[in-house]
Amino acid sequence: MTRSFTGDEFAAAIRRSFPGAVIQSERDAVVVQREAVRDICFYLRDNPELQFDFLSSVTATDYVDYFEVVYHLFSIAHNHSAVLKAWAEGRTNPWVPSVVAVWKGADLQEREMWDLLGVRCEGHPNLKRIMMWEGYPGHPLRKDFLEFDHRTFQAALQPTES
Amino acid sequence: MADAADMERRDVELSMPPLFQYYDPREDEALEGRNIMDLMRRSEEPYPDMGTGIYMEDGVPQNVAVAALDDVLTWARKSSMWPAMFGLACCAIEMITTGASRFDISRFGMEIFRASPRQADLMIVAGWVTWKMAPVVRRIYDQMAEPKWVVAMGVSAMSGGPFVDTYSVVPGVNLIVPVDVYIPGCPPRPEALLAGLMRLQDRVERQQRAGLSNQTR
Repeated sequence: MTRSFTGDEFAAAIRRSFPGAVIQSERDAVVVQREAVRDICFYLRDNPELQFDFLSSVTATDYVDYFEVVYHLFSIAHNHSAVLKAWAEGRTNPWVPSVVAVWKGADLQEREMWDLLGVRCEGHPNLKRIMMWEGYPGHPLRKDFLEFDHRTFQAALQPTES
Repeated sequence: MADAADMERRDVELSMPPLFQYYDPREDEALEGRNIMDLMRRSEEPYPDMGTGIYMEDGVPQNVAVAALDDVLTWARKSSMWPAMFGLACCAIEMITTGASRFDISRFGMEIFRASPRQADLMIVAGWVTWKMAPVVRRIYDQMAEPKWVVAMGVSAMSGGPFVDTYSVVPGVNLIVPVDVYIPGCPPRPEALLAGLMRLQDRVERQQRAGLSNQTR
């Protein structure tokens, strides 16, 4: 059975190397400062006791004032799991560091996060839309994206030359 | 924080080479986006439903000889309507079931789902179409040889259905291609699909009897 880190346990493990980075620890997750996310992820992957070698999911939640980016981490070697979170403030340009350099599997999920929620991943090698097409107005899974009016959008389109 | 050797190794990993040295797929992405929006711009009004004869091209009735040969052609056409093999959503599962032995679409001469649209007469749009998929559906329709017919299977293909207000789904496939028969249901059962296909066969027969050719747009 996979052992899940509690928030306090995981926060203690992070504080060992990053004393100031933990913002708060929840029941089974830890919120860290977004500037430190990439360093922390390298640490979590490379530390022999933690060895989180598998990033099972990257996603984000829209809390209107901020976006909460969630990383679900697994260690295949130790068979344990933990949840890391970071807050991206603002609605015009929320961002978190990209963790593609840590886990290659983050590539497509970070692109999906950018496409549907508009949370930019700084340092991503190929950050572009993945679900919607180029030129789509806005990010459809945001709370203030209420509906996509086909008629208005279609009427505003100009003929393209090509 | 991390020690110096760790940072140095990390620098090597972070300086990834450019992914696209010779070919930049972003140009293709931009072209795809332009194509989709071009189709959206041209898809403001739905096509009128087929089979009314209103949109028949001028001169077609005069050039069609109504004779016994027509009956033979009609019989051949309606008895060997080959669908194009593609399914977009869960309605495709019902379409596949229709093709299997329990419901046996081959009773109507339709069992040969063609993988090439050039050899298909009938397009069964099974399920919702997203705007990103719309140019592909239109291209399949354009590649099919005349005469050709289109069946919109399921409420999502008919009108967008439960997805009509979403951000990515075409509200009615008749914005993209002209439709002959609409089959409601979410998804329609195989019996409903077969009933719709029989209606289509009747329509083909009646069109030919009346000297009407299938229209194209």
